[in-house]
Amino acid sequence: MKILTGNDLKTGAVVWWDGSGWSLHVEDAADTGDAADMILATETAACRVNGGYAIDAAPDADGKIRPAHIKDRVRAYGPTVRPDLSLKPADPAAGNWVI
Amino acid sequence: MYRYDHYDQAMVDARVAEFREQTRRRIEGHLTDDQFKPLRLKNGLYLQLHAYMLRVAIPYGTVNSRQMRMLGHIARKYDRGYGHVTTRQNMQYNWIKLEEAPDILADLASVEMHAIQTSGESIRNVSADQYAGAAADEIIDPRPWAEVIRQVTTFMPEFSYLPRKFKIAVIASEEDRAALRWHDFAIRIVKNDAGEIGFECYAGGGMGRTPIIAYKIRDFLPPTQILSYLQAVLRVWNRNARRDNIHKQRMKILVLELGEEEFRRQVEEEFQTFLAMGQDVPQAEYDRVAAYFAPPPFETGLSDEIDRSDPDFALWVDRQTVRHKAPGYAIVNISLKPIAGIPGDISADQMDIVADLAETYSFDEVRATHAQNLVLPHVRKADLYAVWQALDAAGLADVNLDLVTDIIACPGLDYCSLANARSIPVAQKIAERFADIERQQDIGELKIKISGCINACGHHHAGHIGILGVDRKGTENYQLLLGGSGAEDVSQAKIAGPGFDEEGIVGAVERAVERYRELREPGERFIDTYRRVGFESFKESIYG
Repeated sequence: MKILTGNDLKTGAVVWWDGSGWSLHVEDAADTGDAADMILATETAACRVNGGYAIDAAPDADGKIRPAHIKDRVRAYGPTVRPDLSLKPADPAAGNWVI
Repeated sequence: MYRYDHYDQAMVDARVAEFREQTRRRIEGHLTDDQFKPLRLKNGLYLQLHAYMLRVAIPYGTVNSRQMRMLGHIARKYDRGYGHVTTRQNMQYNWIKLEEAPDILADLASVEMHAIQTSGESIRNVSADQYAGAAADEIIDPRPWAEVIRQVTTFMPEFSYLPRKFKIAVIASEEDRAALRWHDFAIRIVKNDAGEIGFECYAGGGMGRTPIIAYKIRDFLPPTQILSYLQAVLRVWNRNARRDNIHKQRMKILVLELGEEEFRRQVEEEFQTFLAMGQDVPQAEYDRVAAYFAPPPFETGLSDEIDRSDPDFALWVDRQTVRHKAPGYAIVNISLKPIAGIPGDISADQMDIVADLAETYSFDEVRATHAQNLVLPHVRKADLYAVWQALDAAGLADVNLDLVTDIIACPGLDYCSLANARSIPVAQKIAERFADIERQQDIGELKIKISGCINACGHHHAGHIGILGVDRKGTENYQLLLGGSGAEDVSQAKIAGPGFDEEGIVGAVERAVERYRELREPGERFIDTYRRVGFESFKESIYG
């Protein structure tokens, strides 16, 4: 599947296209199919996202969306060396998902 | 240290106001990302993996306590409570919001700081010896010349559209603590047989994907001619450099392509042109700048004795303090390399404590080092115990200067959008493996440097042991390099062989270290043994 990611223009936060807007959580990402370029052009022009790009992803063993490349998994999770700053600070094992 | 005059402050304030307006226009949609990107980069604002990143310039690594507190304030108010000391003596923040960036720049300007020319194709912040003004082995304090160069190279019209970035370093001692010859242009201040001060100049160095050690382009340049000479170097590069391939545009590539002699010849030709224009810095102007760097009022008659009855304190003194030029004083190195910590990271609270210590005990000065540590340059030996206690209470009293756990590491894939692999976890695992201080002391000086990609921000080419993270079919892989140095015995590290995974690279480092312990002769550092016995001997032990 193809999913879309970028950074929120004002805050820089990593965001994922959920089908109707942008979510902070990769689990919400929607398969854009062939529409990635069109969505990105619209959202970029509307200044809702910055530096956007499409990536390959697939469901993991639990059915949750997992980006194909480690760089995008780090983006989705946060710095693996600072789990306290990740989106799942209460789950110390969450970083294992990245590797 | 240097203080802004009216013109400096006016320029920086105007720049903040300009960037505030540009940011507003970007957020409101009047500027596209492509249009805005060069504007934000000119103000040190990158877009990284998780957020915007702001790199704040710390000229020649020197800040006062007021500035240090401001760096802490920025970490606390605008970031997530910490900052990161870089390998070019700057401070960067990883979680910046674009909408707040102008406010941060305004706060920085209020303490005579900025982020101008910390990014993009510009003449970057001038770096220098972190012990400047304190080192027992320096000829003069190199910072006044670094400051003169900083002023002239800021907003320099002819060189506002350079082919690539340009990095300058200045030192004034035999011992090189600034990785001098890994810079585009470097100055070692020397004294000739007649006792005159001059500049030994180096050109064409750099790391990245094409590592090159700068060559000596001038033996002895009269200091007051430095601006003509530097402009000649820049003009030759700016005129001749390729602009078709970003990887071939650094000055080192031009030097490589033209050859050292031809590059020197062209520089000398342009040098005469600039000299004839009579635009060099008059001695009076240098004296005006140098007055800002007058030595602090050191007390005289102080004892050099230190009460070493506390063994932990004695251990720290032996490793973390360095001889000062003034009797009764010491240079204190503050490690930002706690075992399993993140190299170079410092919390806002720790910044405040360092600022307090600088104000109370070090004539209001702090230095950042290219090895991602901090320095209190002027501490009375009688005050060392109090300083150590305060640092210890703040988690800043690690004992590992230049040892195996004093690792330089770039932010790597945990933060950087250019990286291919994570650097910090590798540094942490190596540090944990060698955590035992007795083992570290036994190994002695060993500089490990880790980069998460070929851009080499972690200086892996200059590591006694270097580690380069690469992407191998979507997984992290680490190449081991041996034999580099960023010091006066400069050398380029050589790739040992096939790469390793994260666990494997830690084992490979340990095998290299154990090989050194088997082979070393009395007094030899790792790099000395490596150079004596050669690459193959180490390679065999690493790969079996």
